[in-house]
Parts: sequence; C-alpha cells; structure tokens
Amino acid sequence: MSIIDWFAKKEKSTETSAKLNIPGDVWIKCTHCNEILFQKDLDSNCKVCPKCNFHFRVSPTDRIRYIFDAGSFVEQDESVGPTDFLGFFDTESYSDRIKKAQSKSRRNDAVVSGYATLDKIPVNTAIMDFGYMGGSMGSVVGEKITRAIERSVVDHKPVIVFTSSGGARMQEGIMSLMQMAKTSAALEQLAEQRVPYISVLCDPTTGGTSASFAILGDINIAEPGALISFAGPRVIEQTIRQKLPKGFQRAEFLLAHGMVDLVVDRRELRSMLSTVLTALNPYGDTL
Amino acid sequence: MKLLPFEKPLAELHDKIAQLRKLSIEGNIDLSGEIEKIERRADQVKKEIYLNLTASQIVQIARHPNRPDTTSLTRLVFDSFVELHGDRVFGDDPAIVGGIGTIDGHRVVVIGHQKGHDTKENIRRNFGMPNPEGYRKALRLMQMANRFKMPIITFIDTPGAYPGLEAEERGQAEAIARNLREMAGFSVPIVSFVIGEGGSGGALGIGVANKLYMLQNAVYSVISPEGCASILYRNASKADVAAESMKIIATEIVKLGVADGIIPEPLGGAHHDWNAVSAHIKATVLNELNTFKALPEQAIKSQRYDKFRAMGRFLEASPLT
Repeated sequence: MSIIDWFAKKEKSTETSAKLNIPGDVWIKCTHCNEILFQKDLDSNCKVCPKCNFHFRVSPTDRIRYIFDAGSFVEQDESVGPTDFLGFFDTESYSDRIKKAQSKSRRNDAVVSGYATLDKIPVNTAIMDFGYMGGSMGSVVGEKITRAIERSVVDHKPVIVFTSSGGARMQEGIMSLMQMAKTSAALEQLAEQRVPYISVLCDPTTGGTSASFAILGDINIAEPGALISFAGPRVIEQTIRQKLPKGFQRAEFLLAHGMVDLVVDRRELRSMLSTVLTALNPYGDTL
Repeated sequence: MKLLPFEKPLAELHDKIAQLRKLSIEGNIDLSGEIEKIERRADQVKKEIYLNLTASQIVQIARHPNRPDTTSLTRLVFDSFVELHGDRVFGDDPAIVGGIGTIDGHRVVVIGHQKGHDTKENIRRNFGMPNPEGYRKALRLMQMANRFKMPIITFIDTPGAYPGLEAEERGQAEAIARNLREMAGFSVPIVSFVIGEGGSGGALGIGVANKLYMLQNAVYSVISPEGCASILYRNASKADVAAESMKIIATEIVKLGVADGIIPEPLGGAHHDWNAVSAHIKATVLNELNTFKALPEQAIKSQRYDKFRAMGRFLEASPLT
C-alpha cells in the first residue's frame, strides 16, 4: 500500500541527486528548503536542517548516538536474518533483494535491537532502518521487536521503539501480516506487567507497521513532519479522487487529530524521553 | 448468477443444452441422445476447470457477489441472532456486522465483514471496507463477550480497511492495532472463518483467533494481488503472477500454519450451495466451542498467544557476518 510512495520517492530522489552533482560527502542540499548545507553541520545538528528544521531520515547507528548514553547500547539478536521461504520472485528474487540490502546496510534486516541506558535509565529498544528495503516488516523485524518487548516483560525495563517503515514486506506474504498480530500480542503481555512502552514514530511510519506496534505506545511521540498513515496518500487520492489537504498524515496532523501525544524536535527528543520515562515508570526505583 | 470469465466454456455448453431442449420441445424431436452427450461433456469440463483452479481464478471465486455473507451466515449457522449497532464514539459502520446469538446452547458474539450482493448494497456497505468505527464496534462487542464469557465467532470477507481521508483522520491504524492487542488478551475463545476475501490488516483486525478456518476458495493476503503487482511488478496486469507468488489460497495458508483447516465448498464454489457450506461451518463452530469449553481461561489465552508467537520464518544465525 503505502510502500508505493517509498518506491515513487526512491525513483525521484535518484533523479534529483544525479542532476545536482554535488559531492555528497561534503555538501548536501536540504530536500525541504533547498538550502546548501555543510554535511558536518547537519551531522552535528542531529541531521536536522539548521535553516528550516526539516528532519532528515537517520540510520539506527545515528539514532543510537543521539538518544542513548555513550557506549551503553548492547545489540541483541544481531544474527537473526531473513529467508526466502516462499521462493518469491517479482522483478528479481527476494533472495537477491536480501543479499543486496544486506551488503548495502551491513545488517541482517530492517531493525536493530538491544538494551541501553538513557540518562542512566535502563531500557530495551528497537530501531527500524528505512534504508533496508524501506524498513518493511517481515518475519525478522516482527521477531526482533517481539523479543525486545518480551525482554521487558521479564526484566520490567521500559521499551522504546523507533519506527520507520513502509509497512509489511510483501515478499513474505501472509507471514508479514502475522507480524502485526505477533508484536501487538507481545505488547498486550507488556501492558499486563505494567511496563511502559514508548513509541517514537519517525518518517515514514505507514501500512502494517502503523496499524500495529507503532501506534500502540502508552505514549506516542512523533518526529516533526513524519508521514504517519495507514493507507498511503497516493492510494487515498486514487480512492477518493480528490487532492489531499496540505500536511495531511504528517506528524502535526496526527497530533491535531489525537493520534500522538507529542511532536518532538529530534534535538529535544533525548531529554523528553528521559522526562517521560522518569515520570511514567512504576519500576523506576527497582531497576 | 454472475459468470466468471474462466467459466465461459462451461456456460457455452449449458447454453447449447438449453437450445437443444427448446428445439426438441418446439419441434417435437427426440434429441435426448445429443443432450446427454453434451451434458456429459459439461460435467467433464466443469471438473477440468474446478479441479485445476489457478490462484487468480480462486481470487475471482472468493470475490463472487453471490457467496454466502456474514448476515446470511448469522441466520444459517446460529439458532438466534440479534444484530447490535454502533461504536458508542462516532457511528455505526455497515461494513461490519456484529451481534449476540446462540448456537446449540452456547451463547456467542458474532462479528463479520459485510459486502453487498448488488451495487446499491455495496455502496451502503462500502464494498465491505470498514472505517475505524467498524473496528471499534467490533472491539466493543468483543469486550462485552469477554466480560460475559461468550466465545467470539468472526467471519472475514473484506478487500481491506477503507483507505479514505476521514478513515485516516479518525485513526484507522489505531483502530486496527488496538483490536490486535486486545484480541490477544481475551480469555474467551475466538474462532474465525475467512469466507471470501481476507484483505490484509482490514481482515486481521477481527482475525486474531485461537482457530482460523479458510473456506476452500477463500484467500488471505497481506496486500491485494493487484496492489502487489502495481508496486513490486510495476504492472497491475501482473496480478495473476502476484496472486500465485504470494501464496494466498487456502491450502497454502494452512501449509504456512496461519490457518488451521479448510471448509470444503461444492464444485464451482460456495455460491452454488449456501446450505452445504453453512452446515460445514456450523459443525466446525460447534466442534471448536465444545473443545474450548473444557479449557481453563488461561489455557485459551496461552494457546492463542503461542500460536501467533510462533509465526515467522527466519534464520537464527544468518550467514551475514
């Protein structure tokens, strides 16, 4: 569904970068305000445009650096990887797509999970990687997020999940759909244990990911401008045959419609998470 | 009854038989030998077609406008049924039907998607595509079922949750997600049947079941074959290939461990004999209800959790180093 938009964007973005011919490692053009930015300035600003506050997408590695105490992140389930159990073939085989995504990202799949501390508060966490097949949720993403939640069911540490995903991974057929139920069921167990779950919705969070764990936070925090939707804007436009209003399905729109608690600038996110966790966690003194 | 494109050779034979019959009556000639011959041929063709259905042909049967629907099944399968309305928040969604009823002394809550059999009804039912209030009505009824210890029976038949502007504003994603989480926590059994189209999250939103059955010609998929084709194959006309690749038919869904069994349909599809199909569904419902009646609440909950916990195919130690 909404992964359509990801493909569309991907095609578009390759076009523009080819035309610009700017050495990507030194200078970068803000995709929102067109300002030419020094890559180093952007990096030291949590990849937020200093001029227009546009939030660039970030990798799990950067995310870990921005949010958690230095050196505190310990990865878990790193070796869990995907398999082409349906023998799926579209314009290329799923096996080949996996190989390409893995060699590009040096990761097994579209999520990194583990434990860390944030202002010395211990948490279990999972961070999705949009760069790996559009952050699509297949068996591995579902399994690793479920395991992260289950660790918290046992050790009572709060869970923080950072989502960035086009939705379910079609190449895994019905099994990708079932990951929505699996992760949500784990969250039910977490709620029974009274352990807080904070969902941070980053650009984009759509389709099956939005309709399962992403929206189920005790507290939902969205990054500014993030696209958060069940059905993608193009699918909706095709269905209702009218142009969508400006800002539709962006973080601020969801805030106005009561779907997220907060929209927080990435540069303030760490301190906000710290405040929220301290106030919320019933196990705070015992962890 | 609507004829499916691949049924054309059979329809042609049936037309021929009708013509010969007419001719033999009007002209007072004995054509019984000819007719019998064509009838035998028609039987053969029917078998050839229906015993070798492709995935995309099954999709067409699953979408047939005359298939048994939730409303009819509440009448055919249950001894009593009272439809209840509204989500108590926004409205009443005609794309999801729900209510309370009884079957052989069991008190149950029944919920299902509802398409229309004609254009007028389809518009009223939004082609079986629920809005958030549909999922919230379903949740309200399921919570009531859990409170009053009533097993939950659901019938799945939707192209998907409605991708509309207002549906997004009112939280389509939240409504589905909440149902997934809440259904996982109920201590009453949930038995679901995919009776036609099991369309993605819109289907799963009432489908987190202890036991899931597929009608023989029902399909269950993460995205419609057309949607998959236009995204992955960049060509909507590849829907037949996508239908095959995604493994969406009943036998495949059972093989993958997502469904627990198949409800047989008469040759040609469920729309040819509603009574036979509903009798099978009734027997299955009763069998499950009697089995779960013997189980303690915690065991019912664990069975459901373990079932979904086990879903996924992955490598524990991927070769990437």
